[in-house]
Amino acid sequence: MIETSELGKRYGDFTAVDGITFKVEPGQVLGFLGPNGAGKSTTMKMLAGFLAPTTGSAKVCGFDVEAQPIEAKRVVGYLPEGAPSYGEMSVRQFLDFVADMRGVPAATRDKRLDDAIGRLHLEGVLEQPIDTLSKGFRRRVGLAQAIVHDPRVLILDEPTDGLDPNQKHEVRSLINAMSRDKTIIVSTHVLEEVHAVCNRAIIIARGRILADATPAELEARSRYHQAVSLTASDVGAAKEALSRVADVAAIEVDAQDGRITAFPKPGRQIFAAVNEALKAQNIVVRELALEGGRLDEVFRTITQGKAEEAIA
Amino acid sequence: MSATMTVFKRELRSYFATPVAYVFIVIFLVLSSAFTFYLGNFYERGQADLMPFFTFHPWLYLFLVPAVSMRLWAEERKSGTIELLLTLPVTMWQAVVGKFLAAWAFIGIALALTFPLWITVNYLGDPDNGVIVASYIGSLLMAGAFLAIGSCISAATRNQVVAFILTVVACFVLVMAGFPLVLDAFRAWAPQGLVDAIAGLSFLTHFVSISKGLIDLRDILYFVLMIGFWLYASAIVIDLKKAD
Repeated sequence: MIETSELGKRYGDFTAVDGITFKVEPGQVLGFLGPNGAGKSTTMKMLAGFLAPTTGSAKVCGFDVEAQPIEAKRVVGYLPEGAPSYGEMSVRQFLDFVADMRGVPAATRDKRLDDAIGRLHLEGVLEQPIDTLSKGFRRRVGLAQAIVHDPRVLILDEPTDGLDPNQKHEVRSLINAMSRDKTIIVSTHVLEEVHAVCNRAIIIARGRILADATPAELEARSRYHQAVSLTASDVGAAKEALSRVADVAAIEVDAQDGRITAFPKPGRQIFAAVNEALKAQNIVVRELALEGGRLDEVFRTITQGKAEEAIA
Repeated sequence: MSATMTVFKRELRSYFATPVAYVFIVIFLVLSSAFTFYLGNFYERGQADLMPFFTFHPWLYLFLVPAVSMRLWAEERKSGTIELLLTLPVTMWQAVVGKFLAAWAFIGIALALTFPLWITVNYLGDPDNGVIVASYIGSLLMAGAFLAIGSCISAATRNQVVAFILTVVACFVLVMAGFPLVLDAFRAWAPQGLVDAIAGLSFLTHFVSISKGLIDLRDILYFVLMIGFWLYASAIVIDLKKAD
């Protein structure tokens, strides 16, 4: 479990994290979203015990990160941004070192190492110096060291950055597989990742929490939520037909591919009505889709909108 | 195994994982023998002792020890591994001491490899081996003090070259602290007491007195306190600077 209370970090006049409060329970995978420089990494560094908070407090499994740093660090597995590791060591030496530092008991040590190595498919590169590995492998070594002691809390700073789509998929499966009994925080600026692994998302910008909701709830805030999009051969006629549907608030045509999107009035469903209207007019539709909502659009609205408010 | 020992082992092993260790050891051995035989007139003196060998150690360390210490923390900061290391369950003090001891042990290994000289001098004559042991201890302690200063300076920067140069300068000042070169800069304005205190900080004075075979507790204490002080400073500097 992770609990923060008005957690903040200042560097001189600059406020990197401005009093954020949240709580994550075991079984939850929390996605940390935000533009670059929003304070995601700084927050994670404070939770992992690398940076000391300037205001507020954070507790990991009940241990205060400042008052009981060693106990707090013991229950955390942490992947720092960029997955740093000692390049001259082989993968095996490096994982051995982390297991020693983490005090993994001798009885379970081999099992734990094998588990971490197996989960991240590192068998083939165990004896290679980390410096000689590809970026993807290095990231996986970083993930392996984070889980080698079977931590109750996992803090992963951009775990899929630099991975190819297959590797991304594997890492997401790994996070899902481990999420049942662990508390996990993942930072990312890849929005599709939020769907794939997170059951809760916090959007932060300028060091403040702007939204804290499930991915579905965030999508529901999108203008595209419940919108209907279609492609038709006769764009003009289709547009005409859509404009007569009672609950349609606005219609937009994509200038590039001619895709038409009809936006509903707030809280209304228009899919059935649109469908009927098109049929009634005998308009040939090549494709018709109900939009769930676009996370990237919500992300932009929240982070930029709030930023403008702050300036005003 | 304690965290300090784990850090120590990893660090010491990392020296030998790269050519740095071997280059260092070879250069140390070549230079120390060259100084002994050519500048120190080892044979011509006709005395069975290692004075010509130890006399040059402060000057040898002046350039070689900063080459070892410059990477201690600067590299951890540059590669980001400092974040990994300090989020493992280890206290700052354990990390600082573990890394320092590894560097010190490494120089100790290089120093120990000069044993053929000891054998030579015993073969050629009948030296006072007590003095030689004292000199080795003094030399190792002095290397430790150089290293501790280097550790602190390395913690303050992520640039190894900067760390090297600043450490050389700082160590040079401390080696020369008892000499007019340094003291004259203070005599003009500082009270006599401070000038005397600075003169008392000289590495050379303390090292020379140990290498004469006089193991004075004060000289040992001087180096031990020096090491302790600079390591403590390292821990503070790392704590202050790790965020940037």
